[in-house]
Amino acid sequence: MSGEFMVDVRGVHKSYGPLEVLRGVDLRVRPGEVTVIIGPSGSGKSTLLRGINHLEKIDRGYIAIDGEFVGYRRSGNRLHELKEREILRRRTHIGFVFQNFNLFPHLTVRQNVTEAPISAQRRPRDEVEALAAELLEQVGLSGKADAYPRQLSGGQQQRVAIARALALRPKVVLFDEPTSALDPELVGEVLEVMKALARGGTTMIVVTHEIGFAREVADTVAFMDAGRIVEQGPPPRVLDRPEHDRTRAFLGRVL
Amino acid sequence: MTAPVVLEETTAESAALTVVRARHPGRWITGAAVAVLLAMAGNALVTNPAWDWPVVGEYLFHPSVLHAVLFTVELTALGIALGFLLGTVLALMRLSRVPLLASVAWGYVWLFRSVPLILQLLFWYNLAALYKQISFGVPFGPAFLSVGTMDLIGPVTAAALGLALHQAAYAAEIVRGGFLSVDPGQLEAAAALGIPRARQILRIQLPQAMRSIVPAAGNEIIGLVKGTSVVYIMALPELFYQVQVIYNRTGRVIAMLLVAAIWYLVLTTVLSVGQYYVERRFGRGLARPGPSARMRRLRRALAVRRAAPRRGGEGGPR
Repeated sequence: MSGEFMVDVRGVHKSYGPLEVLRGVDLRVRPGEVTVIIGPSGSGKSTLLRGINHLEKIDRGYIAIDGEFVGYRRSGNRLHELKEREILRRRTHIGFVFQNFNLFPHLTVRQNVTEAPISAQRRPRDEVEALAAELLEQVGLSGKADAYPRQLSGGQQQRVAIARALALRPKVVLFDEPTSALDPELVGEVLEVMKALARGGTTMIVVTHEIGFAREVADTVAFMDAGRIVEQGPPPRVLDRPEHDRTRAFLGRVL
Repeated sequence: MTAPVVLEETTAESAALTVVRARHPGRWITGAAVAVLLAMAGNALVTNPAWDWPVVGEYLFHPSVLHAVLFTVELTALGIALGFLLGTVLALMRLSRVPLLASVAWGYVWLFRSVPLILQLLFWYNLAALYKQISFGVPFGPAFLSVGTMDLIGPVTAAALGLALHQAAYAAEIVRGGFLSVDPGQLEAAAALGIPRARQILRIQLPQAMRSIVPAAGNEIIGLVKGTSVVYIMALPELFYQVQVIYNRTGRVIAMLLVAAIWYLVLTTVLSVGQYYVERRFGRGLARPGPSARMRRLRRALAVRRAAPRRGGEGGPR
């Protein structure tokens, strides 16, 4: 393993009982790259994403972030699962944005953003609060720092969730269908924030159904079906001249 | 047909139309009937000399009664504080990933919920008959310190302990229910952010769990205020025992029962008001309004009356 890849996924398998959800997934993301994963529901996209930050444990293969396994320590040919404390520490290198935002409803927007950097990374409060103000401005919500999540629209909540993920200064940010729970007219504002991040050089992996976003922003588009990445490459190749029938069939349905 | 014309006329005239509210004579009649019944009940309470109101007045603030009230409050506070402390530990054990801890917590709840409180209290009261000495030392090995059970667990400790241990079983289920009511996505988000485990529980889960814990806990506290009356079987001077002592001496049974009833009413009222504020505190950031809209209306009405003392009083039909 070298620093060439920020995210390095090799031969990952995962089953829920008899159901094989991931069947040998390989994915590599270079620093500063945006990878968009598309595919039908049930194809394993979300499971893969959740495997990357060890919210799901994988059965076989490995996943490394910047050369470091997330849930394991290697000695010789064995991978030892880490203690929860150490897993939590390594997770702070990975931002995660949920489909349903999962903001903490009893905390204000500012507290949502500052909680993890202070309690998990033990960074000084002053520095974190200044960063939070900066990030909230970046996502267009500087006036909402003292509001509670329920007082915000879905689009605003998701932008707070993005700021919360960025506050950890993560090496990579994972987005799990970030616009799927939003009313159609609110999707745009969230995608705009994500585009700005991509332009700013944030390494991102995005699971989404927004083909337009993939075309415009992605460096790589990966099409997943039945637990495998069927094909991947630059957006024009995968989206306009797909090699596989399954990709063609899927794109025919969503476009 | 003629519809467009009618529409035009209506819009032209509509400015002059006034709205006449529907009348509800039925509401007035039922209201009046209930008022009469209330007046009759009040009259029956006040005019019947058997209620012995002067004696009630005489004993309501009698030092021995006040001491008993204080003791009742102390027992309740101890029972609830220790009960919920142990109950929270039991709930966390029940939710833990260690199977033995979860089973032990389940067994505790099963046992202490199944045996009547009055029986449990008598067991604790008679603990000295079961174990004369209580020793601290190496398990199954030598003891460093031995204390006579009687010295360690007197009647007051036995009562407080009995109430707390019983309460803990119920508290455990309430706290567990509170934790289960929190959206699993919350814990997932906390884990994804790398927030340490203890902090996840205290900062993320518990405050959200409190929203469903507080109303149930309020029930339990109010239940325990009155539940403390069962310790009268241990001859401890709480409110119910004390009024019995007094009426056995004076023979004024009804009056003394009224004294006790009035104090229980006062205590539970104070607790209900307290619960309102605690619930409001934990309702922060949640769109659903707090528990009791009636309480808010009452407060608003009082505020209005204070601001304009002459005008707010009548409260006509709305």
